[in-house]
Amino acid sequence: MNAFRQSIEAMIPALRRYARALTRDADIADDLVQDTLVRALRAERLFVGGDLRSWLYTILTNLNRNRRRALARKPTITALMDTATEASGTEAEGRDIAQALAALVEDQRAALLLVVLEGLSYREVADIQGVPIGTVMSRLARARAHIKAYLEEGRPALRRVK
Amino acid sequence: MSERDIPVTEDELHAFVDDQLPAERRRAVETWLAAHPDDAERVRAWRALSEQIRDRFGRVVDEPVPRRLDLDRLTARRPRLVIMGAIAATLLAFVGGGGAGWVAHEAFATEMTASETLRDDAVIAHRLYTKEQRHPIEVSSNEEHLMPWLSRRVGTTLRAPDLTNLNFRLMGGRLLPGPSAPAALFMYESASGDRVTLYCTPLKVANSEMAYKEDEGAGSVVWTHDDFGWVISGPANKDMIKTVAAAAYSQIETW
Repeated sequence: MNAFRQSIEAMIPALRRYARALTRDADIADDLVQDTLVRALRAERLFVGGDLRSWLYTILTNLNRNRRRALARKPTITALMDTATEASGTEAEGRDIAQALAALVEDQRAALLLVVLEGLSYREVADIQGVPIGTVMSRLARARAHIKAYLEEGRPALRRVK
Repeated sequence: MSERDIPVTEDELHAFVDDQLPAERRRAVETWLAAHPDDAERVRAWRALSEQIRDRFGRVVDEPVPRRLDLDRLTARRPRLVIMGAIAATLLAFVGGGGAGWVAHEAFATEMTASETLRDDAVIAHRLYTKEQRHPIEVSSNEEHLMPWLSRRVGTTLRAPDLTNLNFRLMGGRLLPGPSAPAALFMYESASGDRVTLYCTPLKVANSEMAYKEDEGAGSVVWTHDDFGWVISGPANKDMIKTVAAAAYSQIETW
């Protein structure tokens, strides 16, 4: 296996973790990772170097956005199912943080997870989301404010409709 | 003004929590937090929620990677062997080496034409997605936007052929990266569970006639027309595939 494929293979566990936190459904998450890997492998000839990690996260983040947009066009019941709690809920606290994340606007959730769970720098997150660093900081701030309010008050914080 | 005197910003509080603060500002932030209990409380809460996120999802990296994500499975394709001219002769002579002599390159060199490459791509996509139970297609045929969406992305007005006379129901479609432009993949299913796919994409290539081929349990027919390529893939059943292809072809060419 060449270096490119080895690097991609090494990233699979992290991509699964990110996808799981982003979607909260193990199957949807692995679908996203699979689609990401297929696209990445096909584009080997196009990849002329740079940050493979960021590139993979970018593909996955964009695929999820497309998926969510497609879902948004379907009847409400499907959208509700996507944010339903995982059957394998753990302690009450574990369930709450997942619900809190699910209540966030997608861009905020992605920004927060890329920083906190995946340990990426603000610069890397800005590249992945295709926005200025200031926007990343603003998403991070709002994500943290919303989650803090949700966990403290035990109900979803007001979401600003875009 | 020393570093300590520059007022601490909101962004710096976040950077402090995320260990993304330049070293020289850490001290300033610590001093600030000691003097501003409200900010200190928020920072504490943000750290706690970072911990909760990591505790909740961190273990995923330790899970064994499911087989569906095995890279060799995802790229199961024969190597494309494109050999031309003098180089081919030299290579084959080298390989043919000790005793087999070497055969004129026309007989051995396998040149992957554009339409054969297209077939390859289509069959790979067919294998990958027809295996799926939950997500074989991305958008179902119930969705009104299926055809406008794929048409827009692929760059030509698409209409999925009607194969109900052959007992194949259109399930839906998905968008894929094609060799030179986006490709649409339509999937059909029969009552007995057979699945066939129609893969189509723009392709600048001479018109070619339909040719049936079988490869490891999959049968396919490819044709190109008007800078567009089409592939019908399905089980290795020559009659079935040729019939489906003929039906699709007849509808497509009369759009």
